[in-house]
Amino acid sequence: MKVLVAVKRVVDYNVKVRVKADHSGVDLANVKMSMNPFCEIAVEEAVRLKEKGVASEIVVVSIGPAQAQEQLRTALALGADRAVLVETAEELNSLAVAKLLKAVVDKEQPQLVLLGKQAIDSDNNQTGQMLAALTGYAQGTFASKLELEGSKAKVTREIDGGLQTVELALPAIVTTDLRLNEPRYASLPNIMKAKKKPLETVTPDALGVSTASTVKTVKVEAPTGRQAGIKVKSVAELVEKLKNEAKVI
Amino acid sequence: MAILVIAEHNNAVLGAATLNTVAAAQAIGGDIHVLVAGQNCAAVAEAAAKVAGVSKVLVADEAAYAHQLPENVAPLIVGLAKSYSHVLAPATTNGKNYLPRVAALLDVDQISEIVAVESADTFKRPIYAGNAIATVQSGAPVKVITVRTTAFDAVPAEGGAAAIEAVAGQGDAGKSAFVGEELAQSDRPELSAARVVVSGGRGMQSAENFQLLYQLADKLGAAVGASRAAVDAGFAPNDMQVGQTGKIVAPELYVAVGISGAIQHLAGMKDSKVIVAINKDEEAPIFQVADYGLVADLFEAVPELAKQV
Repeated sequence: MKVLVAVKRVVDYNVKVRVKADHSGVDLANVKMSMNPFCEIAVEEAVRLKEKGVASEIVVVSIGPAQAQEQLRTALALGADRAVLVETAEELNSLAVAKLLKAVVDKEQPQLVLLGKQAIDSDNNQTGQMLAALTGYAQGTFASKLELEGSKAKVTREIDGGLQTVELALPAIVTTDLRLNEPRYASLPNIMKAKKKPLETVTPDALGVSTASTVKTVKVEAPTGRQAGIKVKSVAELVEKLKNEAKVI
Repeated sequence: MAILVIAEHNNAVLGAATLNTVAAAQAIGGDIHVLVAGQNCAAVAEAAAKVAGVSKVLVADEAAYAHQLPENVAPLIVGLAKSYSHVLAPATTNGKNYLPRVAALLDVDQISEIVAVESADTFKRPIYAGNAIATVQSGAPVKVITVRTTAFDAVPAEGGAAAIEAVAGQGDAGKSAFVGEELAQSDRPELSAARVVVSGGRGMQSAENFQLLYQLADKLGAAVGASRAAVDAGFAPNDMQVGQTGKIVAPELYVAVGISGAIQHLAGMKDSKVIVAINKDEEAPIFQVADYGLVADLFEAVPELAKQV
């Protein structure tokens, strides 16, 4: 079975971003960029499926600037077989990304598409569900367990009150949550080998997809900060403050 | 034009998140209708009809909607959406699951987790784990939005007298099936709606030590949460995770125990009214957002606190 994995290049999760002075966005100049952590989990899951003999080929796709090749090379070093970059300098909304992924799905015809549940920059949590809508496939979002049996996928999902298990007809879209797996690190020999694996670049135009959006960002501001309060010296003082000053207990 | 709010429920009880979502709809302004899609969910529809500010309740009652499977629920909402200016759902795991599917079928962008309504087409939402707030404007004919429930005060659950109207379902799409669920059983309040939350981090050192937090929580009538570090370390299940990628909470009192205060954790709790931090590292970033900080060994401070409250 062919597995398609979508990955996004985002600000590294350790970076505390700053809003630009003109409120047009956040300052990404000279900031460390990485693969979105949930996408790393998606790549790892695909590699494990291949190691189990369930997946025959792993195609990894990213939509973003030329530099997103770095994240695709990382995915190739982790075990993906080949990569596709849909190159665009524009910052696209989830719907446009889903439309581009749909075009790639049409071409590649995977049985399973794995994505992260959410990118840690835009925090939208939309792309996988939108891709499922556009392809007409079933969706298993926020997955903490994935089992493939014949023409079905059994997905255990992280939901507000606990866990839910659903059975999906393949092909299907699965988005990853934290506990699905723990991603490995790429070894040096695999990083070297990844440089020789095929990486194809296409444009949204070549895929015949319009990336127009119905939403525009008017401005981006820093959140209203929270001031540090006081340090109390003892549990007794803490209880006194909570009772008499904050009046919350 | 009216606003359609999708109800959060379990076929028996109307979820509190619905009340916060109706509040967001009121901030937009217009007639508010609530859709209850479920199976044998008449009690939920009756509860929704009593919610203040709701003028009509639509009920789609059939087996295909029993577990809110997005493959079945999304086409139902899409069929109704064209008569509305806005479709709103709470940013629960349910809302996050089906609503982007609705937006894509309508060929419009979704605006996720709004925290403020500026006007009928302009909203604020957090990005980068809440380290920036974006103001976004939608030109979509139907504005599809999820609502961060902690940012909107719930409307009263009583006081309305809306008409209840049945709508025809669209059956099972045949793509997915519910297999089962394991719901955490707890007598404590629900994490995202609790008045007091006690959370533990990596400093708790083990799952067994979380008992200290449960004891404190029971004295305070609190829910118990955990940082991602504690979840990753296996000290607590993921449904207790508070943070950017877990639950967003804004209780009256948040007690962070052995939590350093990573960006992604702060994103989930910094709108709490009063924050208490207990940590032995006085340099821990959590103290920068805490109203009351106690630099102490949690294994001494927490039992002592449980004794004194």
